Amino acid sequence: MSKDYAYDAIIIGAGPAGIACAYTLAKNGKSTLVIERGNTPGSKNVTGGRLYTYALDMVDEGLAAEAALERKVTHEQIIILDGNRSISIDYHDPSFNSECKSPQSYTILRAVFDEWFANKAVELGATVACGIKVDGLIEKNGQVVGVVAGEDNIYAGIVIAADGVNSLIAQKAGLISDIKPHAVGVGVKEVILLPSVTIESRFNLKKDEGASCLMLGCTEGIHGGGFLYTNRESISLGCVFVVDELAGHGRQVHDIFQELKMHPTIYPLIEGGETVEYGAHLVSEAGYREFPKKPYKDGLLVIGDSAGFVISTGYSLRGIDLAMVSGIAAARAIIAEKDPVRVGPVYMNELEKNLLMPTMKAVDGYYDILEIPRIYSSYPKLAAGLFEKLFTVDGKVPRSMKKEIRGLIKQNGLSAWQLIKDGFRGVKSI
Amino acid sequence: MSIKVMEAPELLSLNKFNVNEKEAHIVINKEICAQCQDKPCLIVCPAALYKLDKNDIIFDYAGCLECGTCRVVCKNKGIIKWEYPKGTFGVNFRYG
Repeated sequence: MSKDYAYDAIIIGAGPAGIACAYTLAKNGKSTLVIERGNTPGSKNVTGGRLYTYALDMVDEGLAAEAALERKVTHEQIIILDGNRSISIDYHDPSFNSECKSPQSYTILRAVFDEWFANKAVELGATVACGIKVDGLIEKNGQVVGVVAGEDNIYAGIVIAADGVNSLIAQKAGLISDIKPHAVGVGVKEVILLPSVTIESRFNLKKDEGASCLMLGCTEGIHGGGFLYTNRESISLGCVFVVDELAGHGRQVHDIFQELKMHPTIYPLIEGGETVEYGAHLVSEAGYREFPKKPYKDGLLVIGDSAGFVISTGYSLRGIDLAMVSGIAAARAIIAEKDPVRVGPVYMNELEKNLLMPTMKAVDGYYDILEIPRIYSSYPKLAAGLFEKLFTVDGKVPRSMKKEIRGLIKQNGLSAWQLIKDGFRGVKSI
Repeated sequence: MSIKVMEAPELLSLNKFNVNEKEAHIVINKEICAQCQDKPCLIVCPAALYKLDKNDIIFDYAGCLECGTCRVVCKNKGIIKWEYPKGTFGVNFRYG
């Protein structure tokens, strides 16, 4: 440690990105201070959510096995909703929870997990200071040298912004611009308590196994979708809406969401449960294309949600794992490069090496599909209509499916040409 | 209690808040808001904390979930201050 500053690194925010970074730094002997504005780590955080375990094992081998997680996801479900109707797809893969390897992913509650994770970093020597808000950065000759928190100025060799999607710190530093309403969604969520045996029987699960479910067609045509995750003794049910489309919509967020809760397909899954919390959070939607040109400046690195490390493909959502991987990249850069002015490019290099940037780039095209407005209303209607025709038997002479499909396309304000165009766009984007 | 449709105040009543009575972390300028045609804050706030009283926007920061959506949609800058609450104040998620 140099005499000029109190810590080798100060990390703003004790979420998965900040703690993964702190853990790695502390393990390598760096004096690390994490400043968290919540009373406890996780108390300001909301997720869908799930965690892909590879990231925890990347932080430290074997960490996933002891982590405070909920259920091992073995059922991947997609539900398409239209009015009172629904089409469900359930991919069940027991190998996602086989004995010889870590389960691929777990459902997660952040207040529980983040606190556990922060304690792991503390065990290695990091300091986690909760209930303190960082108000700004201290700069000297254009280089960030510390943070201001209330009356205190705290100096460090390097500062890491891990303050989340609405990163006022990265904005104040001029590294990211004001968030654009088309690039983020607002997610709302209820946590609903249910006995574990009820959850297991309703979702056809073995003990400790869980389901992840994404829903389409529950957003009144707004770019977005619903989600449901089974925790040990609760269900996380929520909905995400892209903010600019929502703004012009006219119906309030919680109101649209309440309807999803009462949907004839969803209600039986949560019936008899007790809602114990209502949360909301922003989530980046645009992925790589909105990624900041430079997530660093002299003496400052931006990681996790603050930098926009989120992937939404429509069938899977990733953020917590990417946050951790970016935190590891930042830590490795700080360990490898002593000069805070030169650490930024090393961080970028680490992001390439640990495959985070290549992953972000690889799935960037999905956003083109998710921008097709028809996905959120006309196509779910078309699909539900098609299934209705398939399964309706009324003693009359059935019309040919070709005619039925043509009729449905017209009825939903679509054209064959539109379908072909969207189909091409879909294939091109993936 | 069973599952039912809930209004925003009832949903918020389930959460744990430590409200900073001395200082609002979000402040709006009613005159600017009165000029705003769209008033998207009325729709997007998941806690429905922005309300309309005749043409005036009224806002209560006490049940804020700190998501930041209002800040993102506020094009006319009627929100003249948006900060996170001071340390320890605001919402405390017990599940998250």
